[in-house]
Amino acid sequence: MPEGYVPLFIFLAVAILFPVVALILAKYIRPDVPSRVKLEAYECGIQTASDSRARYTVRFYIIAILFVIFDVEAIFLLPWAVRYQVLGWFGVAEVAVFLVVLAVGYVWAYKKGALEWI
Amino acid sequence: MEFFIVSTIKALLVFFVLMTTLAYLQWVERKVIAHIQLRQGPYRVGPHGLLQPLADVIKLITKEGIVPPHVNKFFYFLAPIIAVSMSLIAISVIPFGGEIEVFGITTHMQLTDLNIGLLLVLALASMGTYGIALAGWASNNKYSLLGGLRSSAQMVSYELPLSLAIASPLLLLNTLSLREMVTQQEGFMLGFLPNWTIFQGPAPQLVGMVLFLIAAFAETNRIPFDLPEAETELVAGFHAEYSSMKFAAFFMAEYSNMLTAAAVTTTVFLGGWLPALPGMAGDLIAPAVFATGGAVCLYHGLNPARKRDKYTLPVFALVFFGLAALFLAPPLKDIAMPLFWFGAKTGALLFVFIWIRGTLPRFRYDQLMGFCWKFLFPVAVLHLLATALLVALAG
Repeated sequence: MPEGYVPLFIFLAVAILFPVVALILAKYIRPDVPSRVKLEAYECGIQTASDSRARYTVRFYIIAILFVIFDVEAIFLLPWAVRYQVLGWFGVAEVAVFLVVLAVGYVWAYKKGALEWI
Repeated sequence: MEFFIVSTIKALLVFFVLMTTLAYLQWVERKVIAHIQLRQGPYRVGPHGLLQPLADVIKLITKEGIVPPHVNKFFYFLAPIIAVSMSLIAISVIPFGGEIEVFGITTHMQLTDLNIGLLLVLALASMGTYGIALAGWASNNKYSLLGGLRSSAQMVSYELPLSLAIASPLLLLNTLSLREMVTQQEGFMLGFLPNWTIFQGPAPQLVGMVLFLIAAFAETNRIPFDLPEAETELVAGFHAEYSSMKFAAFFMAEYSNMLTAAAVTTTVFLGGWLPALPGMAGDLIAPAVFATGGAVCLYHGLNPARKRDKYTLPVFALVFFGLAALFLAPPLKDIAMPLFWFGAKTGALLFVFIWIRGTLPRFRYDQLMGFCWKFLFPVAVLHLLATALLVALAG
């Protein structure tokens, strides 16, 4: 039903226009007197020593990879849940196999310490 | 053409109601937190600080907006726009009531009903992560970057229990359209217990709702999960370099996410706009609530504690009695009644959000991630499996 998406796009247009218009409008209303101190990075008043985009912990990458694996699982489970009453016991068996495979991966990741945050 | 015009009017109406609700949600939050902490909260602007949201808007729009030279301009401005638009449009698939007739036009009290409604809400919730991650990166500030990274990791992690917790009521409802979900929860069991998913046999979803709410707290960056902007360690986190309207956009996005989370919980678990009591009792609660409010105002107006109460409180009493009458007049009743129940349920959930903010301290970051991956995620999977087994056993 494509016509169901028309109101969605109207609302999307309103929702995007609102912050854009507000930002532009505020630009004409507000005062604008920048100074050197005001424009410094807000880091506790200490002179910024280095660029901020430095290296950070690899944990964030591990979380991202784990997320991709298990989120795909969650997305597969949503259509399964919607058609559940049609699938019956066949659906139960199938998803049990699916979840066992993922559970093995989860236990492995747990044992490896991928879920620990140091 | 008529469809287009009706849709535009509905979109604008929903938008303005949403904006007002967001502004006053912030007032309610400040008041409730203040009373939890034995303070008064906003009190100066208007009676009981009721005009405070308006004053805040004026303040935010007239504040100097500082754009530091070290930021990546394009993404710096894109981030708040993404955050606020994505959080606002999630409300468009939420049903506020059934079919109504206004000026001869029959329409639903919902902007649009998509057959993928719930998926759209989940997708928009993940889009919000982009706004925050981009803001943290584009600000070129160490606190912002850390806040943005933390927030992205936290939000993607908690998305798993969120989508798993919402999958289990789908086993009972078998639809992704939010309007159909509500119609499936119609009726009463044993004559008094509403047929909502949290009570519905064969697998009541009370645990599912609690899991969903916990994950929703983390998704909306609310205390006890507000690590991205933990002010004691990260100043203001991802929005440390944002000021004036750009800051207001993030602020609005947070409250809008909170509202969406409460509205989705209401729709999926608590029967949306359906009344909590069967028959006449359900119809009479709303006018009774407003009539009681009116009676209390009238009593205090007739026995005034302050001089001005003699005039202001009877006016409020009249307003309340008018609202009560609204629920009894047949043509308006069909519009007002679903709105009352939807608002009551969503409001109760929002109160829980605020209550928890006033009660709990903040997690440490390793506790936060450990809680999600080692506890919430396996519990959500097990809950889903248990629900599936119960539904399959019931046939």
